[in-house]
Amino acid sequence: MPDILLRGGRVIDPARNVDAGADVLLQNGKVAAVEARLAPPSGTKVIEVENLWVVPGLIDMHTHLREPGQEYKESIETGTAAAAAGGFTAVCAMPNTVPPNDTRAVTELIVRRAREVGVVRVYPIGCITQGQKGESLAEMGDLQEAGCVAVSDDGKCVMNSEVMRRALEYARGLGLPVIQHAEDTSLSANGPAHEGAATTRIGLRGQPAAAESAMVARDLELVALTGARYHVAHASCAETVRLVREVKRRGLPVTAEVTPHHLMLTDEACVGYDTNTRVHPPLRSQEDVAAMRAALADGTIDAVATDHAPHSPVEKDVEFEQAAPGMIGLETALALCLELVAAGILSPAVLVTRMSAAPAKILGLPGGTLAPGTAADVTVIDPRAAWTCDPSRLRSRSRNTPFAGRAMRGRGVMTIVAGSIVFAEEGRVG
Amino acid sequence: MNQAHAFTQKHLLGMEHLSADEITTILDLGERFLEIADRPIKKVPTLRGKTVINLFLEASTRTRTSFEIAAKRLSADSVSFSASSSSTTKGETLIDTANNLDAMSPDIVVIRHAQAGSPHLLTKHIDAAVVNAGDGQHEHPTQALLDASTIRAHKGKIAGLTVVICGDIDHSRVARSNIFSLRKLGARVRVAGPRSLLPLGIESMGVEAFDRIEPALDGADVVMMLRIQLERNAGGRFPNTREYARLFGLNPRRLALAKPDAIVMHPGPINRGVEMSPSVADGPRSVILDQVARGVAIRMAALYLLGGGSDAAE
Repeated sequence: MPDILLRGGRVIDPARNVDAGADVLLQNGKVAAVEARLAPPSGTKVIEVENLWVVPGLIDMHTHLREPGQEYKESIETGTAAAAAGGFTAVCAMPNTVPPNDTRAVTELIVRRAREVGVVRVYPIGCITQGQKGESLAEMGDLQEAGCVAVSDDGKCVMNSEVMRRALEYARGLGLPVIQHAEDTSLSANGPAHEGAATTRIGLRGQPAAAESAMVARDLELVALTGARYHVAHASCAETVRLVREVKRRGLPVTAEVTPHHLMLTDEACVGYDTNTRVHPPLRSQEDVAAMRAALADGTIDAVATDHAPHSPVEKDVEFEQAAPGMIGLETALALCLELVAAGILSPAVLVTRMSAAPAKILGLPGGTLAPGTAADVTVIDPRAAWTCDPSRLRSRSRNTPFAGRAMRGRGVMTIVAGSIVFAEEGRVG
Repeated sequence: MNQAHAFTQKHLLGMEHLSADEITTILDLGERFLEIADRPIKKVPTLRGKTVINLFLEASTRTRTSFEIAAKRLSADSVSFSASSSSTTKGETLIDTANNLDAMSPDIVVIRHAQAGSPHLLTKHIDAAVVNAGDGQHEHPTQALLDASTIRAHKGKIAGLTVVICGDIDHSRVARSNIFSLRKLGARVRVAGPRSLLPLGIESMGVEAFDRIEPALDGADVVMMLRIQLERNAGGRFPNTREYARLFGLNPRRLALAKPDAIVMHPGPINRGVEMSPSVADGPRSVILDQVARGVAIRMAALYLLGGGSDAAE
């Protein structure tokens, strides 16, 4: 692995308040220097990145890699390849595998497989409760020792308030963030789409936005009680934004993420019954989308996370209500967020904060900055590259995206992990 | 049947995407098919050699029978699958079922399914014309067509009428199809029912919503009562059928709030004593059995238009 000099790019490193033209020298797997003009030491590979952005590697804090157990949908190998192609240098693997990641043995398997075949860094997230059943706490201490960076029963909500309270207390003692899939399942009642004018018209059973926000409201009371680090997974509605904004003002240790699809699509996308638009939480109203965008811009929502959820045609080529919820997102997330930059909603620096610095900070991960001495995890972005989303060309093993055929602008053209180029657009590296 | 038809749809999936002209074309044709029921030999050769498959994956007696009779009166070869006899209970997906049916080269597939959007899914995997005979709580277009036919016959027009649809609006595909249809044809539509059975955003479909039946009935020309769909878990939405009947049941006293010549409709099957008292169901204002009779003629018209029938109906 030769040292690399990225020459002539626009370096955007919001963690250090940097947004300027500069060269970036990567040596021995670490960032060695970021300066206006750097002479390449001998033996250094020089890569010209004029007109491109050089940013700290993007981190996806919400990825379903499906291994172990559902390798027909995705694997650690294919999922991390998709991540690299999408500009991510690290992903957090959600624990709803088969079996779920609720024991050290499963965490160790994921860590080992990631070391063997992973293209980017993989940080496992462990379960809050055994078997994601919401009843008994998982062995969080063991999970943490084995490499888990947070706990979550994602896909399932911890419904029982007493269990959630004890989980928050116990996790606080370990210093582990608790990531909640907030959904009052008695209120959502398996509704396959957002309850509103669109579902009323097309006759799909809906679940109200309150199914999410009511659970967030309960959890925030428990955070006030316990002082635990709490993170809202895939926040999707205006009321959740209002609640999070309010408790942040009070100084509670609460953070939240939003997915690109909840920033870009409304419930109207479900009108043609495309099962790729079936997702939990469901695609919401125009007002909710506007609230999510504003909250992402003002920092109420800390991070963008993909909730990359691969499914095979077995789960998707069925009636809408039968379809498994979820869509892939690793290879479209950056381009979709760049649409918000082009629209003037996010500055480039805020985009990088939400996709790199913030996830690193929330989970205490290395990276999120290009400060000299840190790991050389770097994403090079061409913000102007025009391309069309063609599911057949994606690296993910699954194809379930509602963005097929969408004209995109901007993409990651090179992904570097620990100083090694793990993805490069054809012709980028001489 | 040498008229130029204002009907170019390949499928009949719902009323939402039909124009007023297309609806009128079906209604006019249905009117002409109506008299076939009075002939000694109730059969015309228009769809001879065409194959119609009735794919009923949700329980139905009236609609399936109506479609079967309609196909037979047009001389089509028709076969019916029902939920219990179909392979879907063995785990086959709808797409596999569709591909298998497609391999048998049907001309028309009529589908009833418990989930919204199923007929749309079918169209992506089958060459035949697809008729939606009810998909979940989404649409039931032939019901709306036979309802429009009935209203037009009794009132002479549809534009300008006030139509009240009362009951379990949320779970009702009949309500949705009728709202689309009647709005396009120029009627004013009111929906009434317990708030817990009125879906969010229903007003955006161009109707006025009432949470009591009495003000909705005021000055109405047509009163359409819906069945409480206990099989779709409507039961949890109100205390019990006794209270429902007391607050929302159509009885002679309430019917008196509508116009004196208002007609009473019901898509069936009726829960007697719940949404409607027997004296109203069997009373002089009830046109419920005429709806059923027109159902066959309307379905003949739909099958004729989709099946590209020959002009030998006369």
